[in-house]
Amino acid sequence: MNKKVFLGALTIAGLAAGASAAATIDDVKARGSLKCGSNEGLAGFAAPDANGVWQGFDVSLCRAIAAAVLGDAQAVEFVPLTSQTRFTALAAGEVDVLVRNSTWTFSRDTDLKLDFKGVNYYDGQGFMVRNDLGVSSAKELDGATVCIQTGTTTELNLADFFRVNNISYEPVPVATNAEGQQQYLAGACDVYTTDISGLAATRATFENAGEHIILPEVVSKEPLGPAVRHGDSEWGDIVGWTLNALIAAEEYGVTSANVMELAAGPTDNPEINRLLGTEGELGAMIGLDKDWAVRAIAAVGNYGEVFERNIGEATPIGLARGLNAQWTEGGLLYAPPFR
Amino acid sequence: MAEATDPPRETFRLSQLLYDARYRSMTIQVVAAILIMLLLVELVDNTVTNLAALGKDIRFGFLWSTAGYDINQQLIPFSSQDTHARAALVGILNTLVVAVLGCILATVIGVLAGVLRLSKNWLIAKIMTFYVEAMRNTPLLIWILIVFAVMTEATPQPREFREGGSASMILWDSVAISNRGVYIPRPIWAEGSGFVVAVFILSIIGIFVVRHIARKRQQDTGQILPVFRISLALFFLPTLLAYFLMGRPVTLEMPELGGFNFTGGLQIRNSFIALWLALSLYTSAFIAEIVRSGILAISKGQTEAAFALGIQPNRTMQLIILPQALRVIIPPLISQYLNLTKNSSLAIAVGYMDVRSTLGGITINQTGRELEGMLLLGIFYLITSLIISAAMNFYNSSVKLKER
Repeated sequence: MNKKVFLGALTIAGLAAGASAAATIDDVKARGSLKCGSNEGLAGFAAPDANGVWQGFDVSLCRAIAAAVLGDAQAVEFVPLTSQTRFTALAAGEVDVLVRNSTWTFSRDTDLKLDFKGVNYYDGQGFMVRNDLGVSSAKELDGATVCIQTGTTTELNLADFFRVNNISYEPVPVATNAEGQQQYLAGACDVYTTDISGLAATRATFENAGEHIILPEVVSKEPLGPAVRHGDSEWGDIVGWTLNALIAAEEYGVTSANVMELAAGPTDNPEINRLLGTEGELGAMIGLDKDWAVRAIAAVGNYGEVFERNIGEATPIGLARGLNAQWTEGGLLYAPPFR
Repeated sequence: MAEATDPPRETFRLSQLLYDARYRSMTIQVVAAILIMLLLVELVDNTVTNLAALGKDIRFGFLWSTAGYDINQQLIPFSSQDTHARAALVGILNTLVVAVLGCILATVIGVLAGVLRLSKNWLIAKIMTFYVEAMRNTPLLIWILIVFAVMTEATPQPREFREGGSASMILWDSVAISNRGVYIPRPIWAEGSGFVVAVFILSIIGIFVVRHIARKRQQDTGQILPVFRISLALFFLPTLLAYFLMGRPVTLEMPELGGFNFTGGLQIRNSFIALWLALSLYTSAFIAEIVRSGILAISKGQTEAAFALGIQPNRTMQLIILPQALRVIIPPLISQYLNLTKNSSLAIAVGYMDVRSTLGGITINQTGRELEGMLLLGIFYLITSLIISAAMNFYNSSVKLKER
């Protein structure tokens, strides 16, 4: 009898798991919090601060999604994932959305059954070395020992770069950024390679950051963006358009400071009106209320604010906007029209 | 004259399945078996259904696509353009190397520690007790990380070996211990070296033959041959003779500083050393206890009887105690070898590229084939363990009590 009950429970659990894959939005609302897959600790992008509150560039996007869906930017449960576990965790439903410096690639988007919903940071792979090594170009790294995080696109780019340039190297695989940092500082490898944003963030935490340089070569395209499970388009739309809302807000000059004022009544700019819900029914089209974007922007600010606060030139990480500037300013950020 | 009558014919009723003691246990077993089968079917079906819901099917074609990543320690040539299957093979060989070397070192240390723990010398016995308890009662992963940390943090960087640096090579400039590994001379096999190797293998076989003859002689006549001295001579003399006869065909390539690292020589990576030492030390503590229990299992009367016959203490150990103790030691030793082999999958903690790191790590991650990769990994460990078990059981049957 007990076994039968167990079997029945298993069946129901199986059915429930199958059903939940279809409607993430209902799960999130029922749970009252968003499960966000994040980095195990990368300063500026995702790391807990001194009070244990997660802060960072990627973290802000999670908070914006939570604010849009649940109305509370703090209702996020951050699940630290390694580069090896992240996609499995997302596919298994352990997290609702993955915002973890993950590169949008063809095979991940198709074969891994993920959906990348946009790009929140245009990155590229680089190399960091000590100044006193006397190296000024990655092509001089013949015979070097290179620390590399396993299970990443950078691992494959690294192999390609050295093969194409016909120089040799010795890979030292590490599981996490923290381990890579420790190995690099101990001198167990000459070079540390990952996305340039990651290198800058890692270097910012070094005691003597000035003793290390990032070599000029950018050996790959690494568009980093939020990913959701394949097959749940409603949820994917919410994630993608929340990101677009933050980008569009910067373009139209909507900031966390003036968003409430602008949302109080229709303005002269119809794009802003539709974005902030004072005109049209855009919120209802993605299953949310009309103030969804207002809440997201009020919680974390627009894209530019998020960037400057976490990784911008005024922070220790000190990244320039570069490719991540608005299209109007020569960058690649280009939110589709809110219409 | 009693007439034989048939006993009343038993009619079988369904209720007997439950109330008749002869059938009841059978009934329960059949029901339990059906339930277990149903559970298994449900689990497999659930997995397949959920994978299908995710749009994933089970395919092994990914094994033949290009791996795209590099592996540092390769016993067979491997480049990033080879297939995932070959990457898995490189990983398998790395696993086997660390497992075999680990088993050997663990046995040597374990037997030593086990015997010394029984020593009459108080200090030695206590030190060995401390060693065994410290190793047995802390997780293996911690030992791997400790050895690795010591190897990377406490050893000099290769550039310290440059002119004016603080580190220098040891053993007549032939070995360099750095935080990237230990560099040792690499033998270069020139023409004629095959002959030297053949002679060496033959003399090893010769040693076994001599030992066999000596044992037979000792058992038949009681005469004792000087086995150790003969073995020692056999080990060195013929090989050295062949080496000089062939005009010294084997030379050594010394590690030298060049560019960023040492070039030339053989690099034994820190990840390998950490995993190998930690696995060996950890398992040796268990083997020590097995050896100690095996020796203690032999009744004291055996020793006393041997002494009464005037047999020397070391011969008592060699001829009377150990052969009997082996019967107790071998079966639990098998499980320690299996444990060591399976524990080698902790390699990923220090970035050692074993099969768990290549097939079960990078390949799975790059292709997204978790289930297939883990299945293959499970099958590999299962087969390896079964082979080790079979080999050790074969050895066990050769030392077990023979009833004559």
